[in-house]
Amino acid sequence: MSTASLARSEYAPENRSWYKRNEIRVTPWLFLAPAILFFLVYVIIPIFQSFEISLFSWDGLGPREYIGTENYVELWDDPAFYTSLKNNLIWLILYLLAIPAGLFIALFLNQTVFGIRLYKSLFFFPFVISQVVVGLVFTWFYDPTFGLFNTIIGWVGLGPINVLGDPTYVTYGIIAAGLWPQTAYCMILYLTGLNAVDPEQIEAARLDGAKGWKMLWYVVVPQLKPATFIAFVVTIIGALRSFDLISVMTNGGPFGESRVLSFYMFEVALSEYGFRMGYGAAIAVVLFIIMLFFIAYFLYSMYRDERGR
Amino acid sequence: MFPTPIQKRSRNWQFTYQAFLPLALIMWLLPLIAVGVFSVKPEGDFAAGEYWSLPSTFGGFENYGKVFFESDMPRYLLNSLLITVPTAIGAVALACMAGFALGIYKFKLNLWIFFLFVAGNFVPFQILMVPVRDLTVDMGLYNTKTGLVLFHIAFQTGFCTLFMRNFIKGLPFALIEAARVEGIAEWRIFVYIVLPLMKPAIAALSVLIFTFIWNDYFWAIVLTQGAESQPVTAGITSFNAQFRAAYHLMSAGAIVAALPPVAMFFLMQKHFIAGLTLGAVK
Repeated sequence: MSTASLARSEYAPENRSWYKRNEIRVTPWLFLAPAILFFLVYVIIPIFQSFEISLFSWDGLGPREYIGTENYVELWDDPAFYTSLKNNLIWLILYLLAIPAGLFIALFLNQTVFGIRLYKSLFFFPFVISQVVVGLVFTWFYDPTFGLFNTIIGWVGLGPINVLGDPTYVTYGIIAAGLWPQTAYCMILYLTGLNAVDPEQIEAARLDGAKGWKMLWYVVVPQLKPATFIAFVVTIIGALRSFDLISVMTNGGPFGESRVLSFYMFEVALSEYGFRMGYGAAIAVVLFIIMLFFIAYFLYSMYRDERGR
Repeated sequence: MFPTPIQKRSRNWQFTYQAFLPLALIMWLLPLIAVGVFSVKPEGDFAAGEYWSLPSTFGGFENYGKVFFESDMPRYLLNSLLITVPTAIGAVALACMAGFALGIYKFKLNLWIFFLFVAGNFVPFQILMVPVRDLTVDMGLYNTKTGLVLFHIAFQTGFCTLFMRNFIKGLPFALIEAARVEGIAEWRIFVYIVLPLMKPAIAALSVLIFTFIWNDYFWAIVLTQGAESQPVTAGITSFNAQFRAAYHLMSAGAIVAALPPVAMFFLMQKHFIAGLTLGAVK
């Protein structure tokens, strides 16, 4: 077979078809076509459509009515929007705790004792479970009448606190639930990263008298930079995508105090409160623009790496 | 190795560490263990207010039996499977091809298209929600598994392409050049040379996508409703409505819903972790 095609390409150039002559240039596009098609139709084009829909008043079924920037003007004076925005900020900041927490669990587990592999898997376990189940589990954990949380703080004479029913605690309660799987994910990233830490550098630093915190901060953490970058990316994305936990644990309550933008958008556009697609799209646009800063930063970092190769 | 291997420490340290490990694990998994215990408690314990005592009798068979035979749970599980498996196959197939194109060929738009996939992958779901729902309704696929599968394939293609492209970039390019010198057609290079080398990446991605899609909740409630097409993550809310306050059954249901990706993780652990930590070391 190979000799036959070799013969054709080497000795009979005039008879080659257009495809044969342009094979190297055409093939990548043929291979890309299905993926690009799907991605354009379901991801790229809808982004622009959302921008457009945000300028309309639309219930999702009837005719659309162009209202210009009215949705955004309404957003500007919407207290629920500011509550969501504030909660998004709390999520972003507190969710980042998953990174150091994951690092410390990874350091704790980075030993070679009997059964350690099983321990690592079991510590990673929460990440594999769906957020819906994590939400249910933590709803019961926080339950004021029988929940484990109140039983435990009862031993030290506190509580009972109805975490999910209290506007001051509710967002923190949900974030704690979200940190559980997210920490597990960061842990596995760091465990992999620690595996690749150069033992010679560690030994050299030891000879120079470095140990404990100094060793960690000046020798180990710099070598974990790629793991930290990925942990940062997935944690930021995870924080801004928080929806499942809020929907399952509180449905935005009490009094809408646990809403974030992603949840508020869904509530406005698709829940029993009404089908305000245009207003929902406007909220989504705001969320998208916040995310865009991070996406631009991620892409810039990746671009630098690509150039460096 | 950092931290210092425990074997080099004093015996007291070693003993403390060994004792602390299981303790830390129990604390870490406490909320989950509680649900596990709930799911095997008989109904009477809850009626008596005995939430935290050990089960008075083993009620596991009865509870899990009810989940499987007296609720829509088997239906939801089947739906989840019928959504998850086609999505994994579709997304991985598309990504193999796109990854091959982006990893092997040099052309002007290469990096731009690659970054398009990467960026799309980070986008918040809400910006897609209204148009995608609208599109699905227009195609007559609202509340069908197909509608959900098509969207999932498209969205997951972003992440999968990122993964595949980086994997293929790491393959020895000399192999492809040698094949070209032999005059082998490009598509044959893909099928006979690159694809066999991609097996570990395909395995890793399939497990990851299986887990991601199984655990999806947002798109399930946006694009489907009702037992005939909803996956288990969405179904569990109506399951819980059916058994309101019957904590032993809700716990059993939650465990059943969570189990398939957990099983997948433990069976394919190596691939799973390789997939998740791609790029964590250089």
